[in-house]
Amino acid sequence: MSFIAPNFRHPEQGANGLGLRRSDYEGALSTLCAGCGHDSVSAAIVQACFEMDVEPHRVGKFSGIGCSSKTPNYFLNHSHGFNSVHGRMPSVATGAILGNRDLLYIGISGDGDTASIGMGQFIHAARRNLDMLYLVENNGCYGLTKGQDSATADLGSVSKTGVATELYGLDLCALALQSGASLVGRSFSGDKSQLVQLLKTAIAHRGFAFLDVISPCVTFNNTPASTKSYDYAREHIDVAGALDFVPHQSAIEIDYAEGEVQKVHLHDGSELLLEKVGKDAGALDDKTAALAAMNRAQDAGRMLTGLLYLDTELPDLHTVNRTVATPLNQLGQDELFPGLDALEQINAEQS
Amino acid sequence: MRPTNIEDPEYFHRVVDCQYACPAHTPVPEYIRLIAQQRYAEAYMVNWESNVFPGILGRTCDRPCEPACRRGRLGDGEEAVAICRLKRVAADLKGDVGRMLPSAPGEFNGRKIALIGAGPASLTVARDLAILGYELHLFDDQKKGGGMMRSQIPAFRLPERVLMEEVDQILNLGVVTHFNRRIDSLAEVLSQDYDAVFVGTGAPRGRDLEIPGRSEGAANIQIGIDFLASVAFGHTSRIGRRVVVLGGGNTAMDCCRTSRRLGGEDVKVVVRSPFSNMKASPWEKEDAMEEDIPILDNHVPKEFIVEDGVLKAVTFTRIEAVYAEDGRRSLVPIEGLDPVRIDCDDVLIAIGQDNSFPWIERDLGIEFDEWDMPVVDRATFGCGHERVFFGGDSAFGPENIITAVAHGHQAAISIDLLCRDRDVRARPLPTVQQGSQRMGIHQWSYDSPVSDDIRHVVPKADKDRSLEDRTVEVELGFAAEIGYAETQRCLNCDVQTVFDAPRCIECDACVDVCPTDCITFTEPAQSEEELRTRLTAPALEPTQPLYLADGLKTGRVMVKDENLCLHCGLCAERCPTYAWDMQKFLYHVTQAREEPTEPIKWVSVL
Repeated sequence: MSFIAPNFRHPEQGANGLGLRRSDYEGALSTLCAGCGHDSVSAAIVQACFEMDVEPHRVGKFSGIGCSSKTPNYFLNHSHGFNSVHGRMPSVATGAILGNRDLLYIGISGDGDTASIGMGQFIHAARRNLDMLYLVENNGCYGLTKGQDSATADLGSVSKTGVATELYGLDLCALALQSGASLVGRSFSGDKSQLVQLLKTAIAHRGFAFLDVISPCVTFNNTPASTKSYDYAREHIDVAGALDFVPHQSAIEIDYAEGEVQKVHLHDGSELLLEKVGKDAGALDDKTAALAAMNRAQDAGRMLTGLLYLDTELPDLHTVNRTVATPLNQLGQDELFPGLDALEQINAEQS
Repeated sequence: MRPTNIEDPEYFHRVVDCQYACPAHTPVPEYIRLIAQQRYAEAYMVNWESNVFPGILGRTCDRPCEPACRRGRLGDGEEAVAICRLKRVAADLKGDVGRMLPSAPGEFNGRKIALIGAGPASLTVARDLAILGYELHLFDDQKKGGGMMRSQIPAFRLPERVLMEEVDQILNLGVVTHFNRRIDSLAEVLSQDYDAVFVGTGAPRGRDLEIPGRSEGAANIQIGIDFLASVAFGHTSRIGRRVVVLGGGNTAMDCCRTSRRLGGEDVKVVVRSPFSNMKASPWEKEDAMEEDIPILDNHVPKEFIVEDGVLKAVTFTRIEAVYAEDGRRSLVPIEGLDPVRIDCDDVLIAIGQDNSFPWIERDLGIEFDEWDMPVVDRATFGCGHERVFFGGDSAFGPENIITAVAHGHQAAISIDLLCRDRDVRARPLPTVQQGSQRMGIHQWSYDSPVSDDIRHVVPKADKDRSLEDRTVEVELGFAAEIGYAETQRCLNCDVQTVFDAPRCIECDACVDVCPTDCITFTEPAQSEEELRTRLTAPALEPTQPLYLADGLKTGRVMVKDENLCLHCGLCAERCPTYAWDMQKFLYHVTQAREEPTEPIKWVSVL
């Protein structure tokens, strides 16, 4: 009888730059259904944070309600966390981000939490370009309430209920793009190598990094006619170019022929090498081209994964609001109450 | 690399490291689980069927299983499960197993077998064949059975009652004993009406050390195994105050510790080789040192100093071990150092044992090699004479009890085949039982959680008291509670992770949950070497197999590195389609007359 994970790990499992092992980034043993895609996403987050030398105590995990929103318990056990109200994760995260810009913020949501009850919050978080990773574990159904179709269930997709969906499914990547997110990507829980690269890119990025991860619900929506099943995802994925995330510490020279690879500099000094696919692929920060590529794929019955859009120049909410760089909890009496002289100076400037 | 054939019983057998390393292939995890369930008698019988002497081996086994134990590879000072001491727990707490022991049919089957020597090899043959109705005649020049287990293993390691109990279990099967009877001619034995003769005479001759002073000091220089036998039979009860023991094997350890109990106050072991290369088991060296016996290494004996006809000392040349490029070791004297002189009253020589076959005529058809050893077949244990079989130390030179037992089982099969006019070369295949251990979504029939305990230490008798009386057993054995805690350290490596590719949906749940990163889904590989370089975690132990399965929808393969699998069952618990299952794999070495059958596969309930 378990739910007890052994404490032994592979003795050759090396340490990262901080001297931490991958097991230091793990969380509790998952209580999700066996085979849930969300567990693979958790494992990918563990892997990405481990490889990025992320300090676990400098991470804030935020989530709402749903199977997806349980998962922050299953990774980064030594990080801060807030399991908030259904669909309201962005508000809580906004408060935390404004309060302390030094931490890495990871928001985990699901298609119900984001595309239904939390839609309003989601698009405004994107519009404000909040400096966070916002990851939706998208399985096209409400798994926690027995698998009803969600707002991202594709037209015609058949879940375990046996009834085809009669409404169009929302495309969260398109929504995020339209709403002002500065990084948009899509992946599949069964493609961990791509997902880890995307996560690393999103962690290095400053601004709203949105990842829509197809994460099959084995219990309610892994049926042959479902468009969110393992088999369907594997058969219908088109990759929008291989990603190669080069962290800022390393000085690897990679040989690529001119024009085949697009280089992007990220905020933390890391570099992103992106293989271009097809001659009509536009620049990464070309919103129109990104939308067109997504639409073309959709029309062809395919699912476009990879890094779809990236704008490293778009100012985040801190920049727009000119907020103080110091975390609020580190501001003392003098900074918070600059005194009468300062007030008079401000008033003089305003008049 | 081709997919693994898990239908071949040898594949999963290899995964059960302890059982695979055991010469008799005792199903170790099976009896450890029985001990955990307090089914001591059944645990004892699992041992008894396989290794014949659980109580004896639980104290004296060379334990090839323990260095092989997977637990010892888990890093951070992890040590093997105390397998040998758990065997003793089963023997100590078994109660009365009389009803569980098999009996002889009551009347002989008309076939007569002579067994020369009453040590572990002959006794094993006797047990296997007595149950089948053979008339067995056991010859030994000692007055009781047990062979070297009686004459060479001191009572403080193996109490006589333990030895007698397990020897008698076999003799009580109707074996005709001829003790105090020395066989001087194999030809004479063969001329009688025996259908087969088994030679289990061990390696009875202790090697001597011919250096200056040997003959002059003979009165105080003894061969180690002769000294131990003399003590065991009560002929020797004293030794000098200062004793030097020459040699670095387990016999040397027994000699020095016995000396401490017979009046030796200043006892030293002096060995030619470096300490780390000594043949003695590490725990036997520790036991000796705990009894205030220093071990001086890198000393080569030079001369026995005898003055006025009395042994006064031994001198030694200091050497260092030099290793050639091919790893060959040579002991080179250190220049410029004076010989080391160690004063002593008695010397015991324990530098090795040889076989001795003066009683086997060389015209019987038995071939002898350049070292004067009989040429024995490693599978059948037969030799140039159709009706003669060898086993134990007499077959291939000095080994240990558990090896002698393994030989005995195979020789018994050969003798039985011979007596039934079958081909002795047609060896029976092992039998296997395999079945799912699943009892619920998260429930297994075995203790799947892995205990973090470090290896438990066996308590010992009070040192002063045990040094006073050579019959006081030093090791006390685990109490039931500590024995239980030790059982929980066992990883149940015989509960195999069995993968059914057609069921797999490649969701990665097993890969993600595996604590030791054993599992990888990847593209097929041409060679195993190449595959080992691109697994989830490095597979650095080439002696440990990779389990490869194909037939996945994506065309990838599942690769599992067996090396560090904890057999915790999490892969199977997190598998949504039951593509993984935990199946107990019981590998049984077929014994005499058990008809080899097709491996029985239990049908999984799922």
